[in-house]
Amino acid sequence: MQTLAHTSENRSAELFSVAIDPADTQVTESTDVRPQTVGKPLIESASDIAISCRNVDVFYDDKQAINDVSLDIGKNQVISMIGPSGCGKSTFLRCLNRMNDTIESCKVSGDILLDGDNIYDAKQDVVPLRARVGMVFQKPNPFPKSIYENIAYGPRIHGLSRSQAELDLLVESALTRAGLWKEVKDRLDKPGTGLSGGQQQRLCIARAIAINPEVILMDEPCSALDPIATAKVEELIDELREQYTIAIVTHSMQQAARVSQRTAFFHLGNLIEVGKTDQVFTNPVHNLTEGYITGRFG
Amino acid sequence: MNEINIKVAVERGLKKRQARERRFRLIGKSAIFTGLGILALLLTSIIWNGMGAFWQTRIALDVEFDSSVIDPEGNRSTEALYKANYTALVKASLRKAFPDVKKRRDKRKLYSLISNGAGYELRDLVLQNPALIGQTQRIWLLADDDVDTYGKHFRDKEDKTGTRLNAKQIAWLATFEKSESIQQNFNTTFFTAGDSREPELAGIRGAVMGSLYTLLVTLALSFPIGIAAAVYLEEVAPTNRWTDFIEVNINNLAAVPSIVFGLLGLAMFINFFGMPRSVPLVGGLVLTLMTLPTIIISSRAALKAVPPSIREAALGLGASRTQTIFHHVVPQAMPGMLTGTIIGMAQALGETAPLLMIGMVAFIVDIPGGPLDPSTVLPVQIFLWADSPERAFLERTSAAIMVLLVFLILMNLIAVKLRRKFEQRW
Repeated sequence: MQTLAHTSENRSAELFSVAIDPADTQVTESTDVRPQTVGKPLIESASDIAISCRNVDVFYDDKQAINDVSLDIGKNQVISMIGPSGCGKSTFLRCLNRMNDTIESCKVSGDILLDGDNIYDAKQDVVPLRARVGMVFQKPNPFPKSIYENIAYGPRIHGLSRSQAELDLLVESALTRAGLWKEVKDRLDKPGTGLSGGQQQRLCIARAIAINPEVILMDEPCSALDPIATAKVEELIDELREQYTIAIVTHSMQQAARVSQRTAFFHLGNLIEVGKTDQVFTNPVHNLTEGYITGRFG
Repeated sequence: MNEINIKVAVERGLKKRQARERRFRLIGKSAIFTGLGILALLLTSIIWNGMGAFWQTRIALDVEFDSSVIDPEGNRSTEALYKANYTALVKASLRKAFPDVKKRRDKRKLYSLISNGAGYELRDLVLQNPALIGQTQRIWLLADDDVDTYGKHFRDKEDKTGTRLNAKQIAWLATFEKSESIQQNFNTTFFTAGDSREPELAGIRGAVMGSLYTLLVTLALSFPIGIAAAVYLEEVAPTNRWTDFIEVNINNLAAVPSIVFGLLGLAMFINFFGMPRSVPLVGGLVLTLMTLPTIIISSRAALKAVPPSIREAALGLGASRTQTIFHHVVPQAMPGMLTGTIIGMAQALGETAPLLMIGMVAFIVDIPGGPLDPSTVLPVQIFLWADSPERAFLERTSAAIMVLLVFLILMNLIAVKLRRKFEQRW
């Protein structure tokens, strides 16, 4: 693994046309050779951290997809992950609720701590983890069931309601928080797949928040939506921030700028730069970040 | 310049393209019509040959229920009534109808006009209503199959070569006709009786019940085993050399000739485990072995077709793998799994060879009452009747094929209904 890390390191070093200023790097612990992240990937106050990742490597068979990433995700914040296609941002996101477990060839090493517990611990069951870290996918994927059943499924399997009335309330509350209640309240028994694309995606968000997770991961949630539906989802993300921690992967830099407070820029499996969104977009430190957000490559 | 060139070039090729399209349509249509034509030919020939089996000749005779024959001791005990010589009554009434027949040989010919089963019909009548004893009544008795065949195929023809009746018998039949004592009725025996050496007494019920029990055993075993294997292999098992090996073997098993499964069943179930021969239970076990690969392969295809996004959605909500599989993936794949199962069951219904191996080809008169009673199945019954020399069995063969087809259609209808029920159409 170390040798692989080296090759990857050398390759990315070639791409870096400018040497990284060591003063800007905030890398912890080990002194091994590793990609240097500029900006502020870590959060100082432990009480503000929702998930903290240290030295995360991800391999697909022998191919390294994520190279030694250390990053803290702040509570009640939206962090956006940007970067060119294939940079590993989705892979990294899927590490946070162990969705990568479904891919047999995928191996994750390093520590990812949720409330101080390592989620890759052998004792950790993915069921409670995924209940705490919900996910919204790129393509709206409602179950081929009614709108009501789509929302009620999560609470039902986790035993969150003791009676039908309670379940009804949960469904209504989740749909209301997702801003969908008014649109669907008269057709709860109609199939979820019969909604428009934007409504389907908000239904998926409602489904995710119905079980009240701590963190919501969003993997390019608007890439299949039109601008109006996108605006609605973005508005929703902003509202949800008060209650949840959100990590969003996006291709759209404008979206990242609009919805997030922190931005992390990935390139070829390396975490290049992390900082306040305003700072990253207006005054990027790393020249790769600058190149990407000014559209010189992508 | 360039524009003109492309226009000309396209138009030059256009005719060729259109001709090719027309040709393709024609080929497609003719293929379909050929298929339909062959199917129509098959069905008409079966129906043409088999319709006759649904009609059976009966002859009316004045039967004297002679108490000295039926109940010589006069105590009307059921046992006595059961054991009495009713054939003698039939013979007596025939002699009465044709008093001039004196020669022994002629008498025998005369008696052979009426089926051997006529005596049993009289017995049943008497057992039902003992008050008949002592009376004389006109009873419609089952005619022999030679009489039946003569009426259906030779009566209206000039050339009577091939009939098994002699001139005297034909004359007697003419006499019956004159007195309107001969007619063709709907053949209920065919649907209520088991097999028989006498065509007019042979029925399909034994084979239908045998097929039913065999298929029930097959379904009860192959559906759950097949689905469980498919779900495990597709959703749970890791992909490694073992699962690859298993997959290759399942595919190979699907291509193994069915008679091999019959031999396996004979060696394993009957010789090793000592199960009885000729019973639907063993037939069902053998057919289960045969249909399992079909069900597993098609169920796996159905599971593969479930979009991965549904799995991700459920997993992302914190559903366990088992919950994801049984709440979302299997219900979505159910229609496809049912299609695979019904294909397997249809195959099993039409299978003959492996059942020959385990003795389901035996001549069995009794109608099976359960999966442990010796019986035969529809395709084997068809095979047995097709092998019989009597002409009346020919039409029964075709009629049995019709019954088999109806059985198949009914099975498919149930499958379609089930599919509709499970299909989530959104």
